[in-house]
This record gives sequence, structure tokens and C-alpha cells, in this order.
Amino acid sequence: MLDEYVSRKYRDDWRPPVDANLIKNKVAIVGIGQTKFTRDSQRDELEMAVESIKAAVDDAGLKMEDIDGMEMFTIDRLAMPMVISTLGMKNIRFTSEVSFGGGAACAVTMHAAAAVATGATNYVVCFRSLNEASGQRYGRGDSYADYMLKAVTPHYGYHWPFGFVTPLAWAGVWGKRWMHEFGITREQIGWWPVVLRENAQNNPNAIYHGRPITHQDYMESPMIVDPLKLHDCCVDTDGACAYIVTTVERARDLQQTPAVILAAAQSCPMEQEIQTIYSRPVISGLVETWYAGQELYRIAEVGPDDIDVAQLYDPYSIGGIIQLEELGFCERGESGRFIEGGDNIRVGGKIPVNTSGGLLSEAYIHGFNLVIEGVRQIRGTSTNQVDNVELSMVTAGPGVPSSGIILRKD
Amino acid sequence: MVEYVKGIPIMRPYIDQDNQAYWDAVKQHKLVLQHCHACDLYLHPPRPMCPSCNAQDTLEWKPSSGKGQIYSFVNFTTDRMAYPAFKLPYAVVLVELEEGVRLTGNTHQIHPDDIYVGMPVEIMFEDMDDDMTLYRFKKRDG
Amino acid sequence: MELYKEKTAIVGIGVVPFSTDIGRTEWYTACQAVKLAVDDAGLDMKRVDGLVKNVDDGPDQMYVQKGLGMDNLTYTAESHWGTSPMMNAITAVASGSVNYAVYYQTAHRASGPEKSISDFRVAREMREDLLDLIRADFYTPFGLIGQPGYVGMTIRRYMHEFNVTPEQMGWVPVVCSENAARNTEAVFFDKSITIQDYINSKVVVDPIRELDCAPKVDGSIAIIVTTLENAKSLRHPPAIIMAATQGTSSEGQFFTSYMRDTITELPEMQFVADELYRVAGIGAKDVKVAQLDDSFAPLVPMQLEALGFCDRGEGAAFCEGGDRIRNGGQLPLNTAGGALGQGRFDSARIVEAVRQVRGTSANQVKDADMVLSVSGAGGPADGLILRRQ
Repeated sequence: MLDEYVSRKYRDDWRPPVDANLIKNKVAIVGIGQTKFTRDSQRDELEMAVESIKAAVDDAGLKMEDIDGMEMFTIDRLAMPMVISTLGMKNIRFTSEVSFGGGAACAVTMHAAAAVATGATNYVVCFRSLNEASGQRYGRGDSYADYMLKAVTPHYGYHWPFGFVTPLAWAGVWGKRWMHEFGITREQIGWWPVVLRENAQNNPNAIYHGRPITHQDYMESPMIVDPLKLHDCCVDTDGACAYIVTTVERARDLQQTPAVILAAAQSCPMEQEIQTIYSRPVISGLVETWYAGQELYRIAEVGPDDIDVAQLYDPYSIGGIIQLEELGFCERGESGRFIEGGDNIRVGGKIPVNTSGGLLSEAYIHGFNLVIEGVRQIRGTSTNQVDNVELSMVTAGPGVPSSGIILRKD
Repeated sequence: MVEYVKGIPIMRPYIDQDNQAYWDAVKQHKLVLQHCHACDLYLHPPRPMCPSCNAQDTLEWKPSSGKGQIYSFVNFTTDRMAYPAFKLPYAVVLVELEEGVRLTGNTHQIHPDDIYVGMPVEIMFEDMDDDMTLYRFKKRDG
Repeated sequence: MELYKEKTAIVGIGVVPFSTDIGRTEWYTACQAVKLAVDDAGLDMKRVDGLVKNVDDGPDQMYVQKGLGMDNLTYTAESHWGTSPMMNAITAVASGSVNYAVYYQTAHRASGPEKSISDFRVAREMREDLLDLIRADFYTPFGLIGQPGYVGMTIRRYMHEFNVTPEQMGWVPVVCSENAARNTEAVFFDKSITIQDYINSKVVVDPIRELDCAPKVDGSIAIIVTTLENAKSLRHPPAIIMAATQGTSSEGQFFTSYMRDTITELPEMQFVADELYRVAGIGAKDVKVAQLDDSFAPLVPMQLEALGFCDRGEGAAFCEGGDRIRNGGQLPLNTAGGALGQGRFDSARIVEAVRQVRGTSANQVKDADMVLSVSGAGGPADGLILRRQ
């Protein structure tokens, strides 16, 4: 029953036909907003959320009362009615949340787009607000000890009692296998964080702006969980991001260049877990990203060669690198060689990635900052602008139920 | 090799009806695996329904040899990601059993630096306290 | 333009028998319910490609998929209140993102000391703390705790403003008990109660009586939404979704929206009503049978007003004597026995709405060609209108 993981056949005959897809070319991201990204915000999540939402509404040239839909993460500390009340919004007719943490980064875009495209709502605001640096850090091992004496789910029960905690460590297991099967080296992996850190040097909003690293710095940085080093890990951040989704028709009357959604897809293939995807026959690849990519390309009717710039969700460097393979930017097992020296993934290279610095060097707002950067690339306002961008791709968390979007110019 | 820090409890597994038999067997120092006899399919982690035939009454528990090979592993080298009850460094291995399913667990008398993919191992059990038994993997002759 | 209007339909329902002790894990019954719904529809499990649920209920989609082996889910979403995830299922299907979206609601609220399994439970519990802050500051110090108390504040004011008697408030529970007694699937009310039984019922928080509050229950329900085109090859005639929406309003909280100019109406439900009728292109008079949220029965009269079945302040009088809301009356209500008879379980209202459209209800209403179902009285609301093909 799990043969498809080995054969990788995409059942596009089981998918709704492309011409029935109402999202394609009909919906756009029209406003983006964010707070400062810091390591200690001194503010609560509600304050940051409303600031970023207000910024997105202003950026679009809308009024708060225009907003009639809201999208967020299930793991946001804020309950939606509080946000709605605080902003004085009336008559929100569509609300939705997505689970699975960073895997939902583009799922919220997709769900908002589906609601807008079908006329269920007009303007949806999507937001994420978190104090991951100064507040609760689920990325840290000791945070698991604070309030739990028992694994919270059956699946975690097969891992946590062995001291096997944190998403980074869970990913390390498939990462190690991937390195083993394809002979991917530590030196090769190091180029991903190095290039991202370069990108952050041009982005004043990046947490690591002004703190460059060399490849040697990477090699000498401490091991956190073998196979992952310090510079392989994302930067825990306090901050919030928001963006507005509406129809292309309405977008054309607004003040910004619309970032039109060419395709949006979510994927949760069989035997999905939160990083611990070990019951699949093959764990040296991430089929959730592959499925999302197949679906994006099917709907968009383009291929990886057509993508001009990509923001690939990288909570740890291997999670970003492996997506290059799964999305077809290079062959399976070739991503190590592909990023060697960094030129292929730099601005001007074959596929420039994470031009704002990504989750490793800009900020970790659960991928919302990647969506915003994807929009900037379409607008032409990135601090690492790629020339003549027609198609801009954004993906979501690897190793969890995932998602992605392809944006294009109007 | 795994050593614990005194005074910090080890996290307990989540036990409910769906996986009671698995953890009960571990308590008795045995490993059983869930198996659908209609599909001849081993299932791990255990679940309430066979994903292949969607039957609930075809699921049974079969004894496992507990033998397999290390398929992948991680070493916890700093306290950033480690669970504080464990002395550093410690390894978590993913073992592919002869039945084809993969379990995670700690190692016994293997230094983290000596672990390699493909190392032949077998399961052993350790009573943590009166209520909890866990398993580890020790080297065996390939 | 409402491109989702009459583009989708409910084609399968799965209901694990309700119980006060279902005797299995939520993971088990969630798989069961989805399997029952898929079989009811006559569908291949592998083809299900959307799974939606309430945020706080049931195992994560990944768990359900692990038991059921769907090929790949291309839409998974959650929504917080009532039956609002239906809006996810509808827009996912109508937008061409999935073929078959399943809304499952699994919660063992009567027997379950264990919380729903979710790999994100810890994060969610942190959120609940924050949501409770308002209450912690302004209500809890004074001993105002628990939903019957929150609702009681609103109902007291409603009864005061419109001179409603406790006796008038009793007719919704009476009619629900009658319907439940005829529905073998309903867990509560082997026999119906009288208005005197209601008056004699223990006062929980004056003016709320025990018989005003829907009991907890263990349940697991799945509902399949697909396109009208896909529905053609399935087993049952489709229950076509004419319109659906969610609704919120300003200053909204769950049961404690006391800061509004008036607290004796339900602006969220009013919004849902306006939106449903506008999109469906019908009026309240076209609705043949309604499933209203009777988690707290005294909120039903306010819903009748918000939904346009009677004038403001007339809701309790509308229910008086029970004849207007019984089967055969002007607007039969909660024909499966409602939350009072079946237990508090929001998606059960949609199941009953589908059964009315199919003609298979235990209290089948004649010519039930348009059926309304709403959830979320006293907070954010949602609803839909189904019709026969």
C-alpha cells in the first residue's frame, strides 16, 4: 500500500481538473505587514498581531471594515474572537485555522484563496504572531520538561521517553539517512546557511543583519544534535506578519502591484507525522513536499525551470536543501552538489532561494515572512531583488503536512 | 549507552486502548507488533484501523524477534535540544526490524561515536520503575 | 458573486452511535465515522482528499489518515466553533482544490477524561489560558463561572425585556424530548417530558434549569462534501448546499458578549441568517424544518427571532404550547431530539438536516425540501441551508 513512496506516481487523474480550479489566476495577495523582528519583543502576541494586520490593511489601501475573513494557525496563542474584537471588526464571514505548525504557512494562503475565489468572503487577512524567542520555545529540549510527565499523544509516546524531543532532532534522523544514502557532506550542507546569511546582510529587517558568517564559521560552529550544527538551526524570533488575500478583480483597484496566485496546494500524504515519518519505506526524501510540488506544477501548468525565485521553508538547513530535490530544481540526491559553492542558489543563480535570509537568518515567523518575501519579489521590492521575476514560489514546513504557492505578476 | 540525571523524571509513553497491548508486552519484556492478518501487513505505530483494508477486527499482535539494523540515528551533544533527564551525549537510534517496521530507542553499551548505519542490533528491556518499562538496543553479531 | 452557491452537496454521513460511554478511543471512533460516511456515499476511501475538523475536537487529520490510508490530503483545515468547518469543506470543493472533503467531529465528552489526541495540544492549551483571561479578570472573581451562569445572565435580561415566563421557556425542551423519544438513536429521553416536568426541573443557575442544558455525550460523526458533478455517481441523491456561512459580530465572546448595546439578541446569528437567505435567494418562510442550537434551550427563542421565523421578543411565545415547533407545525425544530435529546454535539444537526432532505429522519417532515441548520447561539455562529435535488 505504500508503493507510491518508492515509485512516486502522482495520481493526477484523482485530482479535480485544472479548469475547475477557481483559485488559479483569480486571487491575489494585495497587502503585507509585519512588526519588527526581535529576540525579545517585550510585548504580547495580541499587540504584535494587530500591529501587523493594521500594517497589511494600510499597505493594501483598505479599511479595517473591508476585512471579512480571517486565517490563522491553530497553534497561535491568540483566540480568533479576541483578535476580531480588538480590531473592532464586524461580520467576519469566513474564519479558518490550520494545524501542523510551519507546514501550514501556505495552507492559510490556499484556504483564504479558496474562500475568496468561491465568493464566500471578500478580503481575508492571514496572520501569525509569536514570541518564540522570549516566550515558550518548543524548539528547545528543556521546554518539554516544564509541563509534561507523559507524552501528549500516542505517536510522541514512541519517541519522547527516549529523550528524543524537539523537531530538529526528529528531522535529524531522516536527515542523517538522506546524507548516508546520497553521500551528502557537511561541507555541502554548510553552503545553505552561508548563502542565507549573505542575503540577510542586505535586509535590515533580518535578525542576523550585520552579522555575516563564512563557510569556515559554519564548519567550526558547535554541533547541536548530530547531524545538525548551530548554524543549521532557524533563528527563534519574536514578531508577527500578516497579509491580505482578495480577488484579482478587486486587487486591480488597490494601490499595490498584486501578487497573483497561480497555484496553491496543500499535501498530507500517507504515514505523515510531525517529522517522525519513519514508517514510510523511504525516509531519505520528503514526499509531502514532492506531492505539494506536483500539485502546484499541475495546476500552474509550469515546471521547476519556470520558477524564478523560491522561498523554501527552512527550519533547519537540511529541510530547505532537500526541497530543492523534491521540487525538481535538481535530481534526487543531487542537492548537496547543487548548492556547493552557493552560486546556484544565490541571486543571479539557477534558483535564488530565501532572498530575505529565510528562517535561518531573517526570522522564524513560521513561514509567514517567506510568503511576504515571495510577494516582494513579485512587486520588485525585495532587498535582494531577482531580475525579471515572473514566477515566485513559496513553500511550507518539510516533514509535516505541507503546502506551497506559486505567485506571478498580473 | 544511556545514563540518566537523577531527580528528573523520564517522560512516560501515552498508553490507551489502541496501543495498550504493545506497552503491556514491553512491561513483560516482550516486543509485539501490530499486524493485519487480512493484508499480511505490519503496522507501526499501532493504530485502530488497517489503512489498507479499513478493517478493525483483522488487527492482531504478533511477537517480534526484536532483531534488526540501525537505519539512522541522531546524537544529542548539547543541552539545547536534549531532554534534561539524559546525560550528554546520548544517541537515539532508528532501528529497522526484521519485520520491516522501524522503532526508535536508546542504545545499550554502544558509545554514540561508534554507531553507524547498518549496525546489527537487538532489543533489550529496562524496568525504569514499578510502572514503566522501556526498551534499548544492543549490539549483536551480524 | 457566490460561486459556492449550489455547487456542492453532502453525499455521505457517518454516525457512530452516541453513548455516554462509547468504550473506545477517539482515534478509533474517528476512523469508524469516516469509514461509515465513505461507505454511505459509496466512495473509495483512497479518493478522500480533504479532512476538516473543529480545532478543539478529535484526533489530528494525520491520525485519521493513518487509520484510513487516504492517498494524499490536499486540504486540511480547522475552524473553531459550532459546525464552522463546513465552510472549509464547501470552499475547498467549490474552488476545485479537492474532490471529496470530509468534516469529522469526534469528541468523547461524557466518558473521556483524556483530552483529544493532537500533536499540537500543548500549544492549544496555552491559547485557552489566554482566552479565559477576560473571564478571569471580570467574572471569575465574583463567582460567575461556567456556561449556564454566562447564559443565565443573558436569559434573565431577555425574560425581563420581553416578559417571558419560565413556563414559556419550557416548550423547546418538551418538544425536543418528544422527538428524542421517537428517535431510537437519541441517547436521552426514553419518554417525553411534560411542561410540568420542566418547571419541576432543578434550577442550576437561576434562571437556567437542568432541562435547559444539553448533556455531554460521546460522539463521532463524519460528513462528506463533494461537487454536484461527483455526486452523480454516488449512492444517495445529494443534499445540495444552497448557502452556507459563518458569522461574527463586534464585541463578541463565547456566551459573555455583555458589552453590546443590547444583549437580548444574537447579532452573529442575525448575520448568518441575512447571509444565508441572500445567497440562497429564499426567505425564512421557505424553510420547512430547522435544526437550531439548543445546547442551551433558552437561546432557541432568540435564534427564531434572528433567523426571521418570528418578530423580536416573540420567540418564546412562538414556542408556547409546542404546536408551532412540532412536526406538522409551522416550523418543526430539532427533529432528531436536538442537543437536549442526543447530547451536545454540533455536527449532529447537519446529519439530521441531511436525513430530512433524504427523507430518512425518525421524525420525517413532509416535503422537507429546504432545511436549515445553525450552530453557535451566544457566540460566533455558522449555518447552512440544504435542499433536495
